[in-house]
Amino acid sequence: MNSLIITSIEQGLIFAILAMGIFISYKVLNIADLSVEGTFPFGAFIFAKFIAMGVDPIISTILAFAIGTLAGLMTAVLFIKLKIKPLLAGILTMTMLYSVNLRINGKSNIPLFNYDSIFQLLPVLLLLALLVVVIKILLDTFLKTEIGYLLIATGDNETLVKSLGANSNKYKIIGLMLSNGLIALSGALMAQYQGFVDITMGTGVIVIGLASIIIGDTIKKNSTILANTTRAIIGAIIYKIIGGIAIDLGLAPSDLKAISAIIVILFIAYNNLAIDLFASIKKKGEGAYVKNTRLVKKV
Amino acid sequence: MLRIQGLSKKFNKGTDNEIEVFNNFNLLIEENKCTAIIGPNGCGKSTLLNILAGSILPDSGNIILNKEDISNLSEEKRSKYIGRVYQDPSMGVSPSLTILENMSLADKKGEKFTLRRLIRKNNIDKYVELLKSLGLGLENKLNTKVKYLSGGQRQSLSLIMATMKHPDLLLLDEHTAALDPKTSHIVMEKTKELLDKYKITTIMISHNMKDAIEYSDRIIMLNKGRIILDKASKDTTEGELMDIYRAKLFEEIA
Repeated sequence: MNSLIITSIEQGLIFAILAMGIFISYKVLNIADLSVEGTFPFGAFIFAKFIAMGVDPIISTILAFAIGTLAGLMTAVLFIKLKIKPLLAGILTMTMLYSVNLRINGKSNIPLFNYDSIFQLLPVLLLLALLVVVIKILLDTFLKTEIGYLLIATGDNETLVKSLGANSNKYKIIGLMLSNGLIALSGALMAQYQGFVDITMGTGVIVIGLASIIIGDTIKKNSTILANTTRAIIGAIIYKIIGGIAIDLGLAPSDLKAISAIIVILFIAYNNLAIDLFASIKKKGEGAYVKNTRLVKKV
Repeated sequence: MLRIQGLSKKFNKGTDNEIEVFNNFNLLIEENKCTAIIGPNGCGKSTLLNILAGSILPDSGNIILNKEDISNLSEEKRSKYIGRVYQDPSMGVSPSLTILENMSLADKKGEKFTLRRLIRKNNIDKYVELLKSLGLGLENKLNTKVKYLSGGQRQSLSLIMATMKHPDLLLLDEHTAALDPKTSHIVMEKTKELLDKYKITTIMISHNMKDAIEYSDRIIMLNKGRIILDKASKDTTEGELMDIYRAKLFEEIA
């Protein structure tokens, strides 16, 4: 049980980076970027390519991030320049990445046990925790800069960004590149953690990312102190722990995908129903009253 | 001074639904005056504003603002010279950001955005001063997200944000139409105060004849892309405008 919790936290931390990436596209820019399922293994395959070429694991990991940003650029170009709907643009990028991933190494599964990994530097949990905290602080700091705020404003109200004299498309490109870079980085870490790269490793990761964000949003819902990045991180860890417990209770790992979806449904239902119940109790008489006085004034 | 020369615009060109909004339209707007443009729906006043702001491109014609031809500038390039307040109170602000964050963004209008921190402590006094002039108590809500403000508060904030960098041209796009009469009056008063203070060349679109006369220096009535009335506001009465409206409406029915 104890090792199960630690494994869950470790995996949760890896997916926390993914969740922060999805947070940028989904929450900040308000774009549902489905290329995630291609970008996650993309990062892993890039890492595998470089490590097999004898490149240092740290540099290989950084390269996975850097080249991963190109997947975001691709999606951005598809929907900004070619006017393809973001949802479809993401799916097209994902589909293309599938072939690209197979091309990178010419194989659909590559074991990495014989190569170095960044987890040899420090204990796994410590290294991941450090990495997540550093990325979180960098991302939070970035979102407090002038460009960072324009990114938020772009997702919020594009008209305002244009009226400020800024090109909102530029900020969509920056955001999507950063988002996909983080997702690829998460994939590269997963590859080193599990010791192999597989073409199917991206299946369902979008649900994990969204689940993390949604779970994170549920925690202390009205607190403004808790940063959104922190929520994404906590959400990812809770999500993985719930999954871990499910397996511990005797469910087969093959059932995990269904469980993921059910977790997402439960948390969204909780969020929506709790709000509805609360609102309907509070506003029942009040709303009708306000409407009527307005009517009376008009008459 | 704003000069609109030979402006032509058709929508749905080459289809059965082709609509000609403007054909060789000319207009001169004096500096530091508030010009109200009124007219029935479809008369072209919103199209005119969109063309000036650059969100719609004309088929032909030139827009010259203070001797500079801005016809070929993109919407975001033009926004350096132009401030705009929309009918929808959420259009001029970023609802999920706080008042302070919105003001700080507006303060960077037309400048280069960099990797420096957006919020500068030493600018806060300036923002508080501006907000105080509204008299809505917004200066005590600097860290409140704008989405929690009322429509009138949001629209007043939009006004402050649009005029903060003293644009050469201010476009008021029915900016009180979505507000209740009382709030609408407050926002119009604030608008007048701001215009008196900063002396900005302003074009105001309104469906409210009374407001249009009261708050502008000059009234222009459009119908089907043509100017059918152009008068100093002080010489115009609401009844006169209503009569023209009715006559035009009657013409269309008959």
